[in-house]
Amino acid sequence: MTEQTGAVGTAPHSPAPDGTDCLIEAHRVVRSFGQTPALRGASVMVTAGEILAVMGPSGSGKSTLLHCLAGILAPDSGEVWFDGRRIDAMGEAERSALRRDQFGFVFQFGQLVPELTAEENVALPLLLGGARRAAALARARPWFGRLGLDGLEQRRSGELSGGEAQRIALARGLVAGPRVLFADEPTGSLDSLAGELVMNLLTAAGRDQGTTVVLVTHEPRVAAYADREVIVRDGKVNSLAAGRVGS
Amino acid sequence: MSVPLTLLGLLEREPSHGYELKRDYDAYFGRGKPLPFGQVYATLGRLARDGKVAAGEAEPGAGPDRKRYVITEAGATEFETWLAEPVMPEPHLQTVLFAKVVLALMLGRRADQYLDTQRAAHLQRMRELTELKQKGALVDALLADHGLFHLEADLRWIDMTAARLDALARAVSQPVPEVTGGSR
Repeated sequence: MTEQTGAVGTAPHSPAPDGTDCLIEAHRVVRSFGQTPALRGASVMVTAGEILAVMGPSGSGKSTLLHCLAGILAPDSGEVWFDGRRIDAMGEAERSALRRDQFGFVFQFGQLVPELTAEENVALPLLLGGARRAAALARARPWFGRLGLDGLEQRRSGELSGGEAQRIALARGLVAGPRVLFADEPTGSLDSLAGELVMNLLTAAGRDQGTTVVLVTHEPRVAAYADREVIVRDGKVNSLAAGRVGS
Repeated sequence: MSVPLTLLGLLEREPSHGYELKRDYDAYFGRGKPLPFGQVYATLGRLARDGKVAAGEAEPGAGPDRKRYVITEAGATEFETWLAEPVMPEPHLQTVLFAKVVLALMLGRRADQYLDTQRAAHLQRMRELTELKQKGALVDALLADHGLFHLEADLRWIDMTAARLDALARAVSQPVPEVTGGSR
């Protein structure tokens, strides 16, 4: 747990859609890459414990939004709050510590470290957080059973299928018990069946641990695992509200 | 869902009483719409009349349902033919979705808002089907997947349409070309 330093304050306190407090809030976030704007005033709220799908066409800014929410990117303007702390105002070292201690990540391509075994990959966030090797590996091992990966502990990434590698990446994202799991197209490189397995495990593990999940996807079948979805279009966020279904 | 052909398929598996056919139909194909007993026996009666099933002798015991039905050669042939045929691919070229979008554009209404509302309704239904998949049996998952893939196809169409709304609005504001030659 990182000691709260610096940018502690009061979030703008917009009510979440269900009336509960937000864990993450972004307000009027603007972010460009060179002359190309990616976010043009994006605002979104994420409630503690919910699974939120962030959808949108390619190039809409949804991954940039995830990176800003997760403290990977600093916005050009606007505010990003996590649990009462303004993370857009933090320095890189503080944001890095926040990511390590509070967040987990899963990306489209597992991005396992090829030199490490599967269990070392899973244990990596714990090792980077200062845990002793034996203790980190002991915490990593139960994830192999939970995610149907028994027997793969000593394999390296080149010896794993895409689906297996992605489940290892999921275990790595969850092993430290993060408060938020950020998943960017976690099934984007998998076939339907392998993708479904990853999503079943991701949502079940997230709910078991009470982990808030922010899930970027362009696939409706993946978004359907979420509690709620927002759509990013032209760098802004639209919330969808279903109307009454007629004939 | 063709009730006669489905019953033939169940009989191809093994000779059965009417109540057994109803039980298995409801379990696998009914999906909240159980087959009325009356329809089971009316269908079996027509299939027997057409020589596709044969009713055995009434077995001793109480109750009206004491006949065991057996599929005939003609019934088995019809079932096999049906099973081997691909289902008609339905292009859905004139869906309600399509009509609403075109009419909205013609009338200068906000087609983008309609598409957003429809997208949300589709996603809500997909969430329900996903939950069914996660909690139900494998057969439920199979059926839910069929619905999910179709809804996903609709959503792709909605996304593509939303991206083309400006051009579509211009296209539907043009006068319809005169049809020349030929007769109806």
